[in-house]
Order: sequence, then structure tokens, then C-alpha cells
Amino acid sequence: MTALETPPSTDPQPRGKVPLLEIRDLEMKFPISRGLFRAPVDFVHAVDGINFEIAPGESLGLVGESGCGKSTTGRMLVKLAEPTGGSVMFRDKEYERDVAKVKGREVKEFRRRVQMIFQDPYESMNPRRTIFDTVSEPLAVQKVGSIPERETRVLELLRLVGLTPPENFLFRYPHELSGGQRQRVAIARALVMSPSFIVADEPTSMLDVSIRISIMELMAGLAREFQVSYLYITHDLAVARYMCDRIAVMYLGKIVEIGPTEEILARPKHPYTRALLSAVPVPDPTIRRTPVEIKGGISKAVNPPPECRFIERCPFAAEVCRTNPHPPLEEQGDRHFVACYRVAEIG
Amino acid sequence: MTLSLQDLESREVDRTRPLLEVDRFVMHYKIKAGAVSAVDDVSFTIHEGEAVGLVGESGCGKTSIALSLLRLLPANAQHISGEIRLNGENLFFLSPEEMRRRRWKEIAMVFQGAMNSWNPVYRVGDQIREALDTHYRGVMNYDEQRTHMEKLFSSVGLPPSMLDRYPHEFSGGMRQRAVIAMALSCGPQLIIADEPTTALDVIVQDQILKELKRIQADMGMSIVYISHDIAVIAEVTDSLGVMYAGNLVEYGPTAQVFARPRHPYAYLLLRSTPSISGPRRQLAPLKGEPPDLLNPPTGCRFHPRCPFATERCVVEQPPLEDIGDGHRVACWHHDEVPELEAALQR
Repeated sequence: MTALETPPSTDPQPRGKVPLLEIRDLEMKFPISRGLFRAPVDFVHAVDGINFEIAPGESLGLVGESGCGKSTTGRMLVKLAEPTGGSVMFRDKEYERDVAKVKGREVKEFRRRVQMIFQDPYESMNPRRTIFDTVSEPLAVQKVGSIPERETRVLELLRLVGLTPPENFLFRYPHELSGGQRQRVAIARALVMSPSFIVADEPTSMLDVSIRISIMELMAGLAREFQVSYLYITHDLAVARYMCDRIAVMYLGKIVEIGPTEEILARPKHPYTRALLSAVPVPDPTIRRTPVEIKGGISKAVNPPPECRFIERCPFAAEVCRTNPHPPLEEQGDRHFVACYRVAEIG
Repeated sequence: MTLSLQDLESREVDRTRPLLEVDRFVMHYKIKAGAVSAVDDVSFTIHEGEAVGLVGESGCGKTSIALSLLRLLPANAQHISGEIRLNGENLFFLSPEEMRRRRWKEIAMVFQGAMNSWNPVYRVGDQIREALDTHYRGVMNYDEQRTHMEKLFSSVGLPPSMLDRYPHEFSGGMRQRAVIAMALSCGPQLIIADEPTTALDVIVQDQILKELKRIQADMGMSIVYISHDIAVIAEVTDSLGVMYAGNLVEYGPTAQVFARPRHPYAYLLLRSTPSISGPRRQLAPLKGEPPDLLNPPTGCRFHPRCPFATERCVVEQPPLEDIGDGHRVACWHHDEVPELEAALQR
């Protein structure tokens, strides 16, 4: 109940502290097949050389429009997709690996430490397996504990995620539960191995408003209690505001702005972030938004030209943007990074 | 009667004239296990040129009302009692043929999920032409239809050449614009927009909503927005109805409902919506789950989740009472709701 009352601490990532995840030049290019025996010449640059870090216990929000590469990024971090380039250093106490290089038997060991929560609670569970089977599966795969021990652990987790009394849920099937309850089961399943990192891909966007808040509270509370780090993927900036310590804004495979949540919302610097924020409807009819106009719609990331990805839609595009490659992320004030050549001028 | 293009641009709008009246409307869905009480005793009136929003969570009956307005309900739906009147005419007295003639021309719909609104094997222009053929057979010739459609496309911000394209060649936002163009094609008096922007990205959503709002004002149409997204409703409507479990629990001018929600559910719903602007205030969670409408709770349907529920709420259903300025609330304790704020702080 108290989970969302206190805003996240302003500095969740003290400088110098070893990050849990360190992502360097991460890249995912999907080939576009032009025929069965022909080598692909076109590539979708879904994720195109991104860099960021996630501190232990920190929650980073990854926001952007559909097709910007945010889900692909999340999937690569938990090894559901193999990156085509770059590295993901994962440091959890004595465990230290480049996720991109983890192979064979090591994968299982890595998967003890990371988990994923999916968007659709109706499709992320096997309809023919009971809640106990679903939640205890990671324990079975990792061969942890005896069956009675697993049952105790599952009961403990169901209680923790608010499915009480847990005994009543243990042997029920997903179709007997509501969407909110299913998402609670998904959270219990994600936590059963006590992971240090969870990728949550739009975990509340299928839920109704009243249910959404309680799931958000639950996730935020558990993160604090167990020191779990989140990569929270969402298109909803208002949700990110309540869930994330920092926000990274993605556009066509690139991170264009990253920084502490309230800082980004109060002082967005990249033209795309500004347009995005100004388009979010406000649940208060007395507030009139001042829209930032940008041209057209999101383009496809097929063989993108080397210049700034946002150039075609940018109202501030100038000569410097056309003659230089995509701008690097540069620090503009405290831990606030922006990838734009004209950030100083458009201030 | 000739449809001139001017007809679409301006219409005499009498903002006090009721266009659509929903009067004590009750409907059920019949399923194996019994009757699902989807809409229960709902009344509201839409005036000419007015934009009305209906908000609520899944299963609250908002889409059932939309489908009832068009008489497009599935076969297992049963109209139990009450009336829906369009221009004073009870829609349930019309024959299917009479109803068909009113769809698109008097009352049009923008459905949720623009992809499914189009037939994938026909050009978009030909599909709009079909509606024009139905309603203006012999009135518009082929070239006039084309001119009319090109005009419609420009008015929703699409290049007229897109008329010759197939639905899959449109992006999500463009497809939704085309759906709006189709809804406008016969110059309806009332448009029902069921989650018109739900599947769209926020920047596109913003553009589409602006477009709809502008067209609505230009053409003097009425529009019913149906959405679970309170923020969207806040921006585009004049009046707002909040639905819970088949009941209309609060109805009034949007600004007033937002400033002073008096039904505990409306209050909690508005207070549990995160916003990116303003101070980062505490969100008030709603406890419990929506009720099973096969066996709806007795009395006020919200009582099992309501912080104010008393004995009376369990037995007696509160009527939708006018508390001034057209603001209506169905709650025995609506006077106490302002105190909820204080109670939640503790």
C-alpha cells in the first residue's frame, strides 16, 4: 500500500558503484530475405549500437513508440534473442559474464539470475498447467529443492504477490483467474528463483486502470524488498514516472535521451522526447497542453542512413545534422544524456 | 435529396436539442450459465454538437451501449426494457431495413482496432464507395463519388491517392484516419467512436484526436467517445459518463466531474490515473476485482469495493440523482465523497 507513496530516491546509481548490467554497443540487425538462396542485402536495424547501465536495485524505464526496438533490447538482455553485436556485462556478486557470450550449459546458470514478465497474462501461461506447476517450473528446471520444499516456496510467493489464501490458488488453472490475478502469478513465477534482474515488457498495459495501480505497487514494493533491478519497457510515460528511477527514450534503434525520471519529464531536451511528452493526454480538463509539432510518422529502420535517425521529422534539423553521423549521447547536466547536435541552441 | 458537399461542412446546430436519448435502457447477454446483466438502467442524453465520453473498465457495459445504439448486438443479446431514441424515434421499433438506412447516414461508428474494420481484398476507396452507393444510389454519379471521397480524405489528412490503395498499405494511424473518413462519408449527425486511438502510438493518437475534434466542431456533429483512457476523454469531451458494472454511476459536464467527482468509483478511478504533469501525487488504488455480472451484487453494484458502503448500499440501489448543473450521481453517500480525500491521506 505504501509502495508508490515515496518517490524513488533521486540518486539510485551512485557513481563508482559497480553496475549490475553494462550494455556496450548492443546491436540487433534482422536480415530481410529476398529469396531462399540469396544472401540478404537489407537489414532492419532494430537496435543500433546502444549503451547504458543498470545499477543494482535500480529500475530503468525504456520508452518509445512501437517498432523503436525497446522489446528487442529487453529480449537480448535475458538471452531470448542473440545480439548481432556488442556486449552485455552482467555482474551479480561473484558472477560476471558477457551475456552475449554465454553458451551451452552456462545458459541455465545465467537464467537463475534473470527473469522476464510479459505483457499478456493470457498468453504467457500454459493453460493446461496449474498455478503450482507454472510458478514452480523454474525450480524444477534448475533442480532446486524437493517437491514439498517447492510447494512451501510457491505458497510463500503467492502470499507475497497478494494471492491469498495461497492454498486456494495452488491447483487452479489460468482460465479460472482474472487478468490481474494472472499477472500476479507471472510476477510470482519471475521471483521464485530470487533473480537480481527482471525485464518487464509492458506488464500492466493489458490491465484495467484500477488493477494496474495495484500491480505497479506490488512490483515497486517487491523490487525494494528484494533489491531486484528492472528494465521496465513501456510506451506509457505516466506509468514509467511511477515505476522508474531513470528513463531512456528510444527512437528507431537508438537511445536519444536518458536520465533521471523527473529530470526527463521536467526538462526534456531531445526534440523527439519533447514531442512525445507533449502528445501525452493529461487526465485534467483544465490543463491545455502546448503541442510540439513533428512531421510524419515513424519510419522503418531498414538500412537507415548514417545521419541522425530523427532528422526527417525534426523541426530543428540543420546543416550540422545532415553532414554528421548520428549524434552520440552527451551529458547535459547531472546524469542527463542527450543525443542531439543542436541541444544547446534549441535549449 | 441531393447530398451536396456543403451539407458536410456546416449544419444548423441547436445545442439544446436532444439528438440521442438513452432512456432507462436495460440489456442482457444470454449465456449457458444464465443472463449477464451487461447494461442496467442507463439513461443519458446527447445534444446536437455535443461530445460525450463514456469511461469505465472492461466489462462495464460501455461497448454494449455503443453496439445497442447501432443495433449491432450479437444474437445472444436481449433488449429487456427501456428506449433508445434518435431524433425522437425509438430505434427498437425500426425494422432491420429501416435501421440499415440510418447507419452511416445518421449514426456512424469508428470501431476499435482499425485493422479489422477493413476488408483486406478491396481497395479502401471502393469500400467507402459501397457506403455511398447504399445511401446515395442514383444521387451521386461515379465521378461525384470520387470527388466526394477525395475531399473526405483531405479533410482527415490523407493524400487522395491513397483511395486506390489496399488496407495493408496503410500504417496504423493512416488506417484509423481512413476509418474516420468512412464514418464521415454520409455526413452523419452522430459518430460513435469506440476506443478510436487505443492501438496507436501516443504522437499519432494526439494527431487523430485533434483531427476528430476539429471535424466535429466544423461539421456540428455529435460524438460519443468510448474509452478506458480517462486522459483521452478529459481532453475531447463536453460531458462525461462513468460506468461501473453495467450502471451509469456518474454523469455531468466533463470539467465538473473531473474537478468534483462525487461517486466513490469515479473518484477512485480519476485518482488512480497516473499523469506526467503536475506534482507526482499518490495514486489511490481500488481494492478487489470487478463483480461477476451473472450474479451482480445486490443494492449498489460498487458496494463490495466501496470505502463508504453501509447497510443501505447493500440492499437498495441508489438512483442517478441530479446534484445541480446537470451533474448526476448514483450514490447514497455522495455528500461524503469529498471526505474520501482526507480519509485516503491518513
